[in-house]
Amino acid sequence: MNKIENNKAWFLVLPVFILVAFSAIIPLMTVVNYSVQDVFDTNTRYFVGTEWFKAILNDAALQSALMKQFMFSFTTLSIEIPLGIGIALLMPKRGMAASLCLVLIALPLLIPLNVVGTIWQIFTRSDIGLMGWSLREMGVAYNISRNPVDAWATIILMDVWHWTPLIALLCYSGLRSIPEAYYQAARIDRASRWAIFRYIQLPKLTNVLIIGILLRFMDSFMIYAEPFVLTGGGPGSSTTFLSQALTTMAIGQFDVGPAAAFSIIYFLIILAVSWVFYTTIMNMQKEK
Amino acid sequence: MAEIVLNALAHTYSKKPNAPQDYAIRQMNQVWEQGGAYALLGPSGCGKSTLLNIISGLLEPSDGEILFDGVKVNSLPPEERNIAQVFQFPVIYDTMTVFDNLAFPLRNMKTPTHLIQSKVHEIADILELSPLLHKKAKNLTADEKQKVSMGRGLVRDNVSAILFDEPLTVIDPQLKWKLRRKLKQIHDQFNITMIYVTHDQLEAATFADKIAVMYEGQIVQFGSPHELFENPKHTFVGYFIGSPGMNFINVQLEEQHFIFEDMKLKVPEKILDKIQHLPYESIKLGIRPEFVHVWDKKNDEAYEVDVIDSEDLGTYHIMTFKLRNQLLKARLHEDQRIPKHKAWISFPDQWLKVYVNEYLVEADDE
Repeated sequence: MNKIENNKAWFLVLPVFILVAFSAIIPLMTVVNYSVQDVFDTNTRYFVGTEWFKAILNDAALQSALMKQFMFSFTTLSIEIPLGIGIALLMPKRGMAASLCLVLIALPLLIPLNVVGTIWQIFTRSDIGLMGWSLREMGVAYNISRNPVDAWATIILMDVWHWTPLIALLCYSGLRSIPEAYYQAARIDRASRWAIFRYIQLPKLTNVLIIGILLRFMDSFMIYAEPFVLTGGGPGSSTTFLSQALTTMAIGQFDVGPAAAFSIIYFLIILAVSWVFYTTIMNMQKEK
Repeated sequence: MAEIVLNALAHTYSKKPNAPQDYAIRQMNQVWEQGGAYALLGPSGCGKSTLLNIISGLLEPSDGEILFDGVKVNSLPPEERNIAQVFQFPVIYDTMTVFDNLAFPLRNMKTPTHLIQSKVHEIADILELSPLLHKKAKNLTADEKQKVSMGRGLVRDNVSAILFDEPLTVIDPQLKWKLRRKLKQIHDQFNITMIYVTHDQLEAATFADKIAVMYEGQIVQFGSPHELFENPKHTFVGYFIGSPGMNFINVQLEEQHFIFEDMKLKVPEKILDKIQHLPYESIKLGIRPEFVHVWDKKNDEAYEVDVIDSEDLGTYHIMTFKLRNQLLKARLHEDQRIPKHKAWISFPDQWLKVYVNEYLVEADDE
């Protein structure tokens, strides 16, 4: 028996291979390439091994940026998720009111990120901004360019305003997919409003919430344009998050090597947190 | 435990109903006796689910009254009517175990824990769910899930009635039969009123003592499977019950005869008395394919017909034939000779039914 060796089918994989290579692997590899070298100019470079990684991991400013980043993501998520679910539960189920509600709620999502920053920058100005002016008139000493607490609160408020609609819309679609019979059965079983939420709505929302939390974690962890426009990372470095620190390093100071090492660490953190979160949830569901 | 009475009940989903067509349930009077096993049979969209939801209290009727043991319950929610309902698709609480699912209605009623324990185990035994009690309900098969939904109805003491809304739709055929028997068994054991909605006549006939056939928002006949078969009160019952359905021939009344093309049939006297002065839109003669007499040879009583088709369905044949221009069917035993091309048929008097404006006209003395 002669088996004909023919591996031409492998050519069919080629287009995907090329696509992935150019879209992901090659750009990523250039970053890896930079991260292990010290680049002086286009002709002068030295191999430095893991030097940059060590330096980045030991950099106090970056460590503090990382902590701030986690704090920020955690705070916004713990506000946006419950709030989004709550809004979705309150939204009308059908008719004109439902359509109107959907459009109104989706509006913040349609605004470009730096425009969001600008809107809030103006909104919080004490001379012409509605919020800044009102707070000043009420006697509240509110100043985002001097007080870090004010800056933080404003950025979190802005993020909540901008992204809670995403969670609300995801949950709304999840809620709409629950068959009416579940609610009818619950009434017949005399379930309380809380029991309906706990045992019918929340379990049916698990899948959209996993997607929502992952998306919001990744996005909030990479936040750049909005705080950059609103506070410029200040006062001091109190609202300088990771991506802004990275941009300053790579573009502002042209420290390509450390910036590349930083990028890789940044990427790995997001990957690791998302993976841990996802597998934990999946394992929890599999149990029993 | 309750007797359920529908008194001039009607329901419409439209705000300003003007025509009878606007009503999902047209005015009806109906009594469901305590402890009965009933089926509500009809095609999709005839209003049977609406009627069921009115009985359970998920829907408030727009007109008329619904009484439980003589008490008007029109606006009482399901929880206060103490009713159980099983839906088309099994409703289970995914995150709970089978035990917690069954205990859920009891816990909502603040039943003491030791009573919950014994009651849940009792019902689980009856439904053969005991080995699964500690499994997550999410991982059950469709029929197990449906049993859990039924179980949630059964655990409560003294439910007034259990309503089933096509509960076996998603169950495999072999298991359907088993579950139906289980239902029947539970019915006999607990003596609970059960109303079973279905569009499957076989399911209705095996489950129920009495079947209510619904058509366009009305109960057109309420009777035993036997009555529905032998004496359909409405052309729809004739058409819907039986396989194949009843044959109908549109006829004209001329003095003492029904006229169909060139054929003349003498109208029985008792019926003639009743319909002679009746204004009518249509007169139909109906006969079940089972009762069409097929002769081997030509004779004086029989009409000659053209045989169009004959289907072998195992234990019997369905012969399609043409009488003048009308296609009709006859059901023949497997050992009966199957005529080819030409056949001679007749309609025995006692099985030939007369329908005026779609309703049966009966001779009084029978």
